[in-house]
Amino acid sequence: MKAVALFLMLLFLGVANAAEPDELLDDPVLEARAEKIDAQLRCVVCQSQSIAESNAPLAKDLRLLVRERLVAGDTNKEVIAYVVERYGDYVLLKPPVQGNTLFLWAFPALALAAGGAGAFFFLRRPKPVAATPINDEDEQEIDRLLEERG
Amino acid sequence: MNRVVLIIPVVLFAVIGAFFAWGLTRDPTAIPSQLIDKPLPQFEMAAIEGLDQGFSSDELKKGEVVLLNVFGSWCVSCHIEHPFLMQLAQNDTIKIYGLNWKDEPGKGKEWLDRLGNPYTKVGDDYSGRVALDLGVTGAPETFVIDKEGKVRFRVAMPITEQYWNNTLGPMIEELRSQ
Repeated sequence: MKAVALFLMLLFLGVANAAEPDELLDDPVLEARAEKIDAQLRCVVCQSQSIAESNAPLAKDLRLLVRERLVAGDTNKEVIAYVVERYGDYVLLKPPVQGNTLFLWAFPALALAAGGAGAFFFLRRPKPVAATPINDEDEQEIDRLLEERG
Repeated sequence: MNRVVLIIPVVLFAVIGAFFAWGLTRDPTAIPSQLIDKPLPQFEMAAIEGLDQGFSSDELKKGEVVLLNVFGSWCVSCHIEHPFLMQLAQNDTIKIYGLNWKDEPGKGKEWLDRLGNPYTKVGDDYSGRVALDLGVTGAPETFVIDKEGKVRFRVAMPITEQYWNNTLGPMIEELRSQ
């Protein structure tokens, strides 16, 4: 049991860490906003992580930049726009809904609709008629045919 | 009717397969530069420790095609690229400005002393702040700046002789003739 708990703790060790101590803003409200922004920005050198999770030097620079912009008075949106202006939509972990991402966003709904339609027509199909049991007349005919042959 | 229905999975498989095959030819780590065809952002960099001249973005906008090369003494690929940059400098092929990225004071100069200095001037970006404005994702990275001071191309890998002969050299000739 203890081993399992330890394993789980180690497993999530990397998830919780955000900015390093020297980066933290004194204002807890601003810092909270900064951490929210960090979680939405992709680290450009280690692309499956956000800059909050990554310990790459470039991620650290970006975290500092986020804080610098917040202290300068930017809104969360402005900070993100500032970074997107430099690194493009690629830095957004959640791709924006726009022309070139329309298919990406619409695909799950389209797939569900197609699957739903398929299932609907499949289930609505008339059930095959159950075979009727043979009656006495047939039975007698069978007996007669069998006798004829044998 | 039933025969038509039976062919649907095959068609779907072909479409999805083709899509994935196309996906495999793409490099998901390649992040396109946002600066292409835009003016080089404003910046000002001090000299690195040991050298006496830094440079500002204005100096790269003087009606000449120049290169801005991001390097660091810590960067392994920069070692691979360095001899070819030396060759370009020795043949006076093009002016190369160096952005010494996130290098501890003194390290950049030490590197240039040891391997040679291909740069017209070297600016210090220890904080990495200028690199962020350029959208740098790694080193080495090289920006081609045209006569109007616009960024026309970015190379996000070491420049080799082959790459120069096939791609970069002809492009620079073209930009010079414009």
